[in-house]
Amino acid sequence: MKYSVLSLIHQAFRGQKDWEPVWRYPEPKDEYDIVLIGGGGHGLATAYYLAKVHGLKNIAVIEKGYLGGGSVGRNTTIVRSNYQEPGNIPFYEWSLKLWEGLEQDFNYNAMMSQRGVLNLYHSDSQRDDYARRGNAMMMHGVPCDLLDKEGVRSIVPFLDFDNARFPIHGGLLQKRGGTARHDAVAWGFARGADSRGVDLLQNTEAKQIRVENGKAIGVETSRGFIKAKKIGIVAAGNTTRIAETAGLKLPIESYVLQAFVSEAIKPLIPNVVTFGAGHFYISQSDKGGLVFGASLDGYSSYAARGNLPGVEDTIEEAMAIMPSISRVKLLRHWGGIMDMSMDGSPIIDKTGIDGLYINCGWCYGGFKATPGSGWCFAHLIATDETHPNAKALRLNRFETGHVIDESGTGAQPNLH
Amino acid sequence: MRIPCPFCGERDSQEFSYLGQAGLTRPDPSEPNAQKAFHDYVHIRKNPAGPNNELWLHASGCRSWIVVTRNTLTHEIMGSDYASPFLKVATR
Repeated sequence: MKYSVLSLIHQAFRGQKDWEPVWRYPEPKDEYDIVLIGGGGHGLATAYYLAKVHGLKNIAVIEKGYLGGGSVGRNTTIVRSNYQEPGNIPFYEWSLKLWEGLEQDFNYNAMMSQRGVLNLYHSDSQRDDYARRGNAMMMHGVPCDLLDKEGVRSIVPFLDFDNARFPIHGGLLQKRGGTARHDAVAWGFARGADSRGVDLLQNTEAKQIRVENGKAIGVETSRGFIKAKKIGIVAAGNTTRIAETAGLKLPIESYVLQAFVSEAIKPLIPNVVTFGAGHFYISQSDKGGLVFGASLDGYSSYAARGNLPGVEDTIEEAMAIMPSISRVKLLRHWGGIMDMSMDGSPIIDKTGIDGLYINCGWCYGGFKATPGSGWCFAHLIATDETHPNAKALRLNRFETGHVIDESGTGAQPNLH
Repeated sequence: MRIPCPFCGERDSQEFSYLGQAGLTRPDPSEPNAQKAFHDYVHIRKNPAGPNNELWLHASGCRSWIVVTRNTLTHEIMGSDYASPFLKVATR
């Protein structure tokens, strides 16, 4: 069923009785051409583009829980492409361009809102650093604006500009950045993939990738063995657990990142604001809740919940720029498992095992990359060639020294 | 999370800072496979889901490096030890 204004009006008069389920619940077949391990945003986007752009059939996505139950449904929904490193900018800009046409493309309302992403700077040297970043972006054709204090004040007048420790001197604004409804992104890709014949197998846990004579031949799952010509690992925080069953050792450590949402308040924050003197980002959802987060809890973890020091750190940063929200009640907070790569940048590549491909290392920046990651991973699986926009995101860059260390913290994932 | 420091006793985790996997041994640069060994040493981690030996620094306490055995699935801490004897016997 194609969604349109007409279908909405029609259903309104029919008492909303004729809506169909958005995807099927198929039984697994014995064999597929392509099996993707992980039914999160990136896995579903990969399946969607494999079916739509490359016209491939006979694809399955296996997911141990429910679709979009992992990080794609747990993030702070920010979409942007304000990167600095040469290997990253073309990829994230391509992803943002896909976001801009995504809703028309997959006929689903993802509530994409280009409300702007504003990175605050708090010192003269940080202004120079942001100017450099802005110049790097503009050299790659990504527009942005370097604002002074008054420029920031005209957008978000309620910030604590004269904070004694972290005064706000200005900000770098990417107007095309913004937010999107994270669940709807997963659902839109899932629906688009399902309607093109992709089998979305929920409650199907990948137990082991079976490799024979250097070639991946299938996946042992909780619902039996599924044979596959090509296998893509898109398992986010659990990447290393499934990859090690194929004998792969990866430059990845898993960490927990917490996110927060407050009770709903009247419209306050018109865009996405980030704190430059620490690591904090905040926006307001259409329901009115303030959606925000900060850094990782500092130690590796597979527990999808955080600890209180992380909460305290986040709240302190919120108070440093927005003391006006000090009385707002926290509605809930939660944690998700991040596949932190050793340089803070992602990996979309072959693995050295025939027929086994990997898409991982998104750290805590994977949501904005969802369409671009799906597009480039689908290109890699379908053609066996690296997509030009992902040519720097290779697995062997750690051996050759071509790491993409956006934050400049070295091989220390808890500091990215 | 509270971490038992072998010198100071049980202390709040905020007094400690985390380095990562314990037991990595710096390779010998004169070995023929040194390049690969250094790649593994710097970038490749076990990342286990379950008990793991980790290096923590009691930064706001006795400033000692210690090895903490912690379950990454539950955050349960099973014990800790001085780092130096551990490093001597550690193998990759």
